[in-house]
Amino acid sequence: MAEASAVEIFARRHRLHPLEALPWLAAAAGFFVFPGYLALGGQILATILYAISADLVLGYAGIVTLGQAAFFGTGAYTAGVLAAHGWGEPISGLLAAALAAALVGYASGLLVLRSSGLGLLMQTLVVASLLAEAANKWNSVTGGADGLQGMVVWPIFGRFEFDLYGRTAYLYTLAVLFLGWVAARHIVHSPFGRSLTGIRENALRMPAIGAPVARRRLAVYTISAAFAGIAGGLIAQTTQFVGLDVMGLERSGSVLIMLIIGGVGELYGAFIGVPLYMIVQDRFAVADPVYWYFWIGLLMVLLVVFARGGVLGLVRALRARLRR
Amino acid sequence: MARSRKRFAALLAFAPMALPLAAMAQTVKIGVILTYSGPNAQVGDEMNKGLDLYVKTHAKDLPPGLKVELVKRDDTGPNPDVAKRVAQELITRQHVQLLAGEVFSPNAAAIAPMTKQAKMPFVLMNAAGVSIPRISPYIVRTSFTLWQVSLPMGEWAAKHECKTAYTAVSDFIPGYDAQGGFTKGFTDNGGKIVGTVRFPLANPDFVPLLQRIKDAKPECVFTFVPAGKQATAWVKAWSDTGMKEAGIKLVTTQDVMLDEEMRNMGDIPLGVVSSGNYSVAATRPQNKAFLAAWDKAYGTSAIPDFTSVGAWDGMAMIFDMLKATKGKFTPDQAMAFFAHWKNPNSPRGPIMIDPNTRDIIQNIYLRRVEKEGGKLANVEFATFKMMKDPWKELNPAK
Amino acid sequence: MSAFVTIAFDGFAFAMVLYLISVGLSVTMGLMGFVNLAHGVFAMAGGYVMTTLMTRAGLPFAVALLSAAIGVTLLSVAVERLLYRRLYGGDELDQVLMTMGLIFMSVAGATYLWGPVPQPMHPPALLAGQVDLGIGVFPAYRAFLIVCGAVLVTLLWLGVERTRFGIALRAAVDNLRMAQSLGIDTSRLFTLAFALGSGLAALGGGLGADLLAIHPGYALENLVYFLIVVAVGGLGSVRGPFVAALLLGFADTAFKYLLPQFGAFFIYALTMAILLLRPRGLFGRG
Repeated sequence: MAEASAVEIFARRHRLHPLEALPWLAAAAGFFVFPGYLALGGQILATILYAISADLVLGYAGIVTLGQAAFFGTGAYTAGVLAAHGWGEPISGLLAAALAAALVGYASGLLVLRSSGLGLLMQTLVVASLLAEAANKWNSVTGGADGLQGMVVWPIFGRFEFDLYGRTAYLYTLAVLFLGWVAARHIVHSPFGRSLTGIRENALRMPAIGAPVARRRLAVYTISAAFAGIAGGLIAQTTQFVGLDVMGLERSGSVLIMLIIGGVGELYGAFIGVPLYMIVQDRFAVADPVYWYFWIGLLMVLLVVFARGGVLGLVRALRARLRR
Repeated sequence: MARSRKRFAALLAFAPMALPLAAMAQTVKIGVILTYSGPNAQVGDEMNKGLDLYVKTHAKDLPPGLKVELVKRDDTGPNPDVAKRVAQELITRQHVQLLAGEVFSPNAAAIAPMTKQAKMPFVLMNAAGVSIPRISPYIVRTSFTLWQVSLPMGEWAAKHECKTAYTAVSDFIPGYDAQGGFTKGFTDNGGKIVGTVRFPLANPDFVPLLQRIKDAKPECVFTFVPAGKQATAWVKAWSDTGMKEAGIKLVTTQDVMLDEEMRNMGDIPLGVVSSGNYSVAATRPQNKAFLAAWDKAYGTSAIPDFTSVGAWDGMAMIFDMLKATKGKFTPDQAMAFFAHWKNPNSPRGPIMIDPNTRDIIQNIYLRRVEKEGGKLANVEFATFKMMKDPWKELNPAK
Repeated sequence: MSAFVTIAFDGFAFAMVLYLISVGLSVTMGLMGFVNLAHGVFAMAGGYVMTTLMTRAGLPFAVALLSAAIGVTLLSVAVERLLYRRLYGGDELDQVLMTMGLIFMSVAGATYLWGPVPQPMHPPALLAGQVDLGIGVFPAYRAFLIVCGAVLVTLLWLGVERTRFGIALRAAVDNLRMAQSLGIDTSRLFTLAFALGSGLAALGGGLGADLLAIHPGYALENLVYFLIVVAVGGLGSVRGPFVAALLLGFADTAFKYLLPQFGAFFIYALTMAILLLRPRGLFGRG
């Protein structure tokens, strides 16, 4: 019998499946095959990170939130304001974005997570609306309705400038997404992550086995906020602009849609749902933006009623049927 | 059989002549960014009609073989992020040679840095924020600036209409500019501003705001809101709260007294004085010719307004440049041409570009709303001749 | 104080509109436990149908309004039977997603049918202009809103207190299982409650077309306000949202008058504060 190679041992320990390499290969290929679409590509990658952040709270911890944009937007404005006021170093900007978003996540989590169901949903919405309105009014800092002008983002490591075609932005975003994914995967497969599923399924029993429910929910909420903040910071830095939409209701709502298309609670739902949504939307925007709203709305209704698990759910159902 | 072979041979004889023609055929791609969807689509539509009409009626003026292709994209409203993304796509994906359009100042300001980075000439056809041409040397404007339009309004109001005024504007770049210009013109001529407010851009209900202003008892109220439905809501609230009856006069810019939108305001605007660069009711022959072409293309139920004329003139400037350069130009050559462009025959009167600022110099008219032929019209009664942008005069670039 | 009177008056008018639209949502959420984010679509539909009947068919205001309310009520019954019914007692996320999908479809549908520009609302000549009420001169249409709203609210409350339907409704909100075991046909009750709520929303949308402009983005744009009224008022309650609507209406108008530059910031802060103290709302049960 042949000895297991070092790679195989590593893969087994981390439960790596060969298919997991697929998204990364696709992303790398995209860089070479679609040079004219890198700006959109970079935004897709950043949004995948945002969707992963939402999946952590939604899919794993079962917290239904309509306010994820609060953290995304906080991250975006933090990175943006820094770059517009003289500190354009991108990596430290991202760290600042993560920190700011995590703080907002922690503070709002303390208030919001005491409720559940509609009360919780409502409060997440109010928090996001509150922050959006603050960004609107505090326009001496944020630029308000006009948007944050004058962002100057320095080259990465002093060498790689952000070019008009989005090449640097794409690779930068890809690298950050990769790191974020590694971290998310680690969290999800850890005992902490496993306990989240337990909390989601039956919040009443968990304390009985010694799991501190409230603390765990707050922890995942904060972590998710940090991820969302990083995604927001990426968008700000790569587009060199921050508008009020980063905090808006559509930003909060669309990430839910993207997750359900791909599949909630699977971590890879983000990798499928986000590109599908954004690419189709991009095509529709040119052809007819009005119809986009109609079809995506219809898709959502049909998905909920007939194909709840999204694309990944359908794949699983198909495989189960093929095995029979 | 033999006849068709002969015909074929005849065609072949002419073929070599066709080759140079084919080589000469050239298409200039122009990226047009306007608002085609959402609540502000009205304005985008007006501009679209204006530039399409110019292209249609003047395509024959271009050198033979030279064609213009308009690549149109939607910025969906005052959404700077969308506008920026769309502009980037036009530059990197569609490889346009010129950018044109833009309704909203925040959008134009977001696009501006990119035009500098990509050396892409951008013909601003509406956005009126004063400092936008300063952000990039590749921007030229054919519409107007809000200081240019509101300063004369303030000056006239102080001299003829009221001693005290309250200013209330939407909270974004054009609002600030309108407020600033009016205030300077008003206070420089002896007027006193008794109150000032900036309200959110997305404001559904103006009644409480106007009651507040009414309680401050100014003689005039100056306002600026985005052209269209908000203007109607404002004017109706001005009447509903009794301000009109109490004698508090409304003074404003052409955005609020939009020729097309006034149809929805009933008789309320009668007597309101506004300042602007174009009114449909203008009697000069160039306007009559423009209106005739417009009616022929779009029917008499569609009315042009100052945004249509801004687009029309912008297209005229582009066409003049294409004729002068025969369609072959570098960005710097195009900008050099634009900076010295003049048009004595615009529907709004004589206009020219200021070579120092790349902004527009034109007549500003004061108009009063009167009834003409059973319909409301902005009738021009005073002219401020060939005005430069006062803000840039007062704030020279360093 | 003239300013106070002005604010109170305008605020009251706004509160009436908000209440009429939101009370149905409170009942739906409290009774069926259903997160219906698309409730604003029915209000918007009422506004669109009313204004269309007035401008295209030339119908008088009252006729158009009532027709709109009836039409939307029937539509809501169809929607409830076809779609909503499937998700009762289901996962919250499902309900959020499905109703968001409905909102999106409504945005596209409204744009397709009526275009993106807000619908013009011309109140009948009788109700235009101003009216002198002794304490001051006010916009006549707003005075009408207050009167009309008061009448409808009174009818609603009487109905909930006195009719069999109202009693069944309150019983089901308090304890669904018990109500079912007592023989109340909860399925029919749900449909009736849903229809009533949607019909009232359509009335509110039509009456309030002046205050909340009827345009394709209506359902999405005003969603937060409707949810605030319901959350602050308390689910399943008919009176709770009234108090919440009053609070919200006054506060919003007061801030627009006193501090117009701040937008809705203080409204959200106030809501947050109330929800922190009373997570179930002021009068919540269900």
